[in-house]
Amino acid sequence: MKIKTISRSSDQYVPVRNTQESSLPRNLNPALHPFERAREYTKALTATKLERMFAQPFVGQLGDGHRDGVYCIAKNFNTTNQVASGSGDGIIKYWNMTSRDESVTFKAHYGMVTGLVVTPTQSRMLSCGDDKYIKLWSVNHEEFDHTFGEDEVYNNKNKGLVKTFLGEHAFKGIDHHHQDDVFVTGGLSIQLWDINRSKHISDLSWGADNINTVKFNKTETNIIASSGSDNSIVLYDIRTNTAIQKVVTSLRTNCLSWNPMEAFNFVSGSDDHNAYLWDMRNLNKSINVYKDHVAGIMDVDFSPTGEELVTGSYDKTIRIFRTREGHSRDIYHTKRMQRIFCVKYTTDARYILSGSDDTNIRIWRANSSERASIKSTRQRNKMEYDNALKERFKHMPEIKRISKHRHVPKVIKKAEEIKRIEINSLKKRQENDRKHSKQGSKPYVPERQKHIRGTAIKEDN
Amino acid sequence: MAPPAKMGSIDRPGTEKFERSASVIAKKKKGKYSKDKKLNANLRKIDHQYKEALRSAAGTDLLLTEDVGFLEADSAMEKTFKFKQNDIEEVLDEQTVNKKFELNLPKLGPYQIDYSRNGRDLLLGGIKGHVASIDWRKGSMNCELFLNETVHAVKYLHNNQYFAVAQKKYTYIYDNQGTELHRLKQHVDSTLLDFLPYHFLLTTAGNTGFLKYHDVSTGQLVSELRTKLGPTQALKQNPWNAVMHLGHSNGTVSLWAPNMSTPLAKILSARGPITDLAIDREGKYMVVSGADKSMKVWDLRKLKELDHYYTPTPAKSLDISDTGLISVSWGPHITVWKDIFKSKQSEPYMNHLIPSSKVERAKFVPFEDILGVGHSKGFSSLVIPGAGEANYDALEINPYESVKQRQQGEVRSLMNKLSPDTISLDPNVIGTVDKRASSIRLKPGQITEISDMSEKDQDKLNKMEIRPDVSAKNSALRRHLRKKTQNVIDQRRLRIERNLKLEKELRVKKYRQDRGLPEEKDLLGPALARFK
Repeated sequence: MKIKTISRSSDQYVPVRNTQESSLPRNLNPALHPFERAREYTKALTATKLERMFAQPFVGQLGDGHRDGVYCIAKNFNTTNQVASGSGDGIIKYWNMTSRDESVTFKAHYGMVTGLVVTPTQSRMLSCGDDKYIKLWSVNHEEFDHTFGEDEVYNNKNKGLVKTFLGEHAFKGIDHHHQDDVFVTGGLSIQLWDINRSKHISDLSWGADNINTVKFNKTETNIIASSGSDNSIVLYDIRTNTAIQKVVTSLRTNCLSWNPMEAFNFVSGSDDHNAYLWDMRNLNKSINVYKDHVAGIMDVDFSPTGEELVTGSYDKTIRIFRTREGHSRDIYHTKRMQRIFCVKYTTDARYILSGSDDTNIRIWRANSSERASIKSTRQRNKMEYDNALKERFKHMPEIKRISKHRHVPKVIKKAEEIKRIEINSLKKRQENDRKHSKQGSKPYVPERQKHIRGTAIKEDN
Repeated sequence: MAPPAKMGSIDRPGTEKFERSASVIAKKKKGKYSKDKKLNANLRKIDHQYKEALRSAAGTDLLLTEDVGFLEADSAMEKTFKFKQNDIEEVLDEQTVNKKFELNLPKLGPYQIDYSRNGRDLLLGGIKGHVASIDWRKGSMNCELFLNETVHAVKYLHNNQYFAVAQKKYTYIYDNQGTELHRLKQHVDSTLLDFLPYHFLLTTAGNTGFLKYHDVSTGQLVSELRTKLGPTQALKQNPWNAVMHLGHSNGTVSLWAPNMSTPLAKILSARGPITDLAIDREGKYMVVSGADKSMKVWDLRKLKELDHYYTPTPAKSLDISDTGLISVSWGPHITVWKDIFKSKQSEPYMNHLIPSSKVERAKFVPFEDILGVGHSKGFSSLVIPGAGEANYDALEINPYESVKQRQQGEVRSLMNKLSPDTISLDPNVIGTVDKRASSIRLKPGQITEISDMSEKDQDKLNKMEIRPDVSAKNSALRRHLRKKTQNVIDQRRLRIERNLKLEKELRVKKYRQDRGLPEEKDLLGPALARFK
């Protein structure tokens, strides 16, 4: 007789001392794990509910904000916690986000601050305004007397002012090169400046209209994109000192942002409520259309990962889009927040800053249910597991309903409804038109080309 | 050294055990799943992940610490069923011998028994009112009750802290100390109890012929199903899909889910009443014994009979162990069969006799090589080598859990409690695409909600046109109005009513025309007709 029975020694399974971890043997045989699918579904449902429960996007505001609407925010790409902002009364402020307090304040311009950028090499602020000035500001306390009070700011003592450039026209936008001491301004013309010279070094203008936004590509550093009031988006190369190509859209483009990971892609926010993703190699069609806003998009910014983008709109809401999807994954709004003129991801991709008409700069979580606290390995594993489950069961009706549910202001909801009806009736009219005209004479235009009026490539002179 | 291969590119032996039938994505030709590029890439990714998961799961087999027990004969002359428990005891290690014990309780028997899910605790229920909860390995008593009332069945709930007892009239729930917590007054005259641990459902059946599901986490009676087949003889759950199997006195076994008022399936298994049934842990096989001394093995996937055995007297109690051993109790005997699902066996694996007694209930202890037997003179436990699952999963059921682990596990399992309406014959149906036609899949209200009309609906609409040639009774418009909900007035209804009126006018006109009657004069005259 050969015999053996299970005899586990309890020493092996029961901890001897109470400081000892008890052993947790695993057996992955599916027979020991019944209802695998149903249990995972339940877990996914619970995780989705918890995510919505913990969704608190608003973190707070920076200091006391400005005294006038905030119209530009600039990131310092060398740090994760410093930003600059400029407002309608010509004041620029430099903020420390950790303490949520301003470190310096300057009265920079008469009238509006139209453009602001933090220089990459020395972390100085470069601002431009309607008063035809470009000013370079130091943000280091040691370099100037910073003891003046808030009222003295308005007397413009020029403390901290490093350099002033005088232009020929009012400036509408400014951006700095990623490494070199070169910056570009937009206005009546688009000009390239060297920070060490007082006059601009070249004029890149192609076409006569105003330029509103200029943006250097941060990866392919010599490429500039600009958008103008003639509804055009123009690309320039500063190596050849010329414009490259342009696309004219049906409505004005208010803002641009380059994808930090895919150097050839950029996104534009348009007055037609949509944002468009472009491939600079082919401007005949946009790669993606981001719909959901019910008013013009005033600012757009890519997340540093390039996976998501944030848009701020004239409809007083902020929306976050995944780059590869066409509709927003989240909408942020508060009762007090007015028209939004600038939104920026922080450089650590965890927060979003928004500047609006109501003079405040607000900090939002990029992921509304995420918390910044340090997480244990178990916590992180659980979160990863939950995310995988949510992804897996995202199409289930109940999970879909819960995860998509957002409270939206009544005004927006109403506007959405009206917009839907409008679009539907337009579509219906076009369809009727098509039905009653010669076959093929009214072709379908893809949604990604509808907004494009034409493109042009600059020929060599 | 060879360069490291791409993850998942090398096959590993033993992956079959971990394969999930529902997860296999059918590849079309040339390694493509779909014409859609994006979908194809996604599916390829999913398939790759699945294969990688299988591979890594198969790799963990090396880490299993324990081996399954066995009992083998040395020569062809020896037979395993000839070995007595005393013979086995002599050669076994002391630890296993200690697990074998007997309780002599001649007065209040016969005894029903139940083990907690991790096999640590034993619940005894004597028919004359003796209930005891015992930690049988330590030999310590949790509680002992003398109820002075008939006890038909006992059942532990999700852990050893609570147990249910089916008494003379009602079913009661007690806690570990023996305090009566609940009297379930909805469960009258129940004689059989079972508990679905993942759904937290206590199921009872008995003389009333009702199958009742009671959610023990919320205290709600989930559903009561009328079997219409008289007193229920046997009640067991299918541990794989939580479908309840009921044995009836007309020889049928019926399969029930709480959200269906009719049985999911009915199987005629015996020519007399069913005495007991048992289902294996993967829900593939069922063993049914009848009062006609038959014992049949069924394949639950095909609902087909596999094999047919006879017991010398009708079997009273059946149980299937985790490894697939079957214990059959008939009179004072217990026979254990092995490999019964693989092929027809000519001789049993083991035999045991409890003299001058009658076995009431025999159950295998989870994760142990022990069979517990409740009989008319008390309780005895037998060593059955190779009966238990050797390697338990501590995150699922842990026989060595501490109090803290038990408490946390309880909270976790309550968080993941499954909804009763997820119970169906295929437990993996959740999250898959419902391929049935929308007319079958959706309820009548949901169908009308779907705005985009299919071609069929369009045809139907076209059929509802004005037809003055048919009689009023057969008008499609009229029939439609009749079938529609009366009190809902929508655009469509208004349109139909208008058409109906027009149809009637035309019909009258046609009628007059056919008879050669003069046309009725328009009262208002053609000039004012536009203001009508």
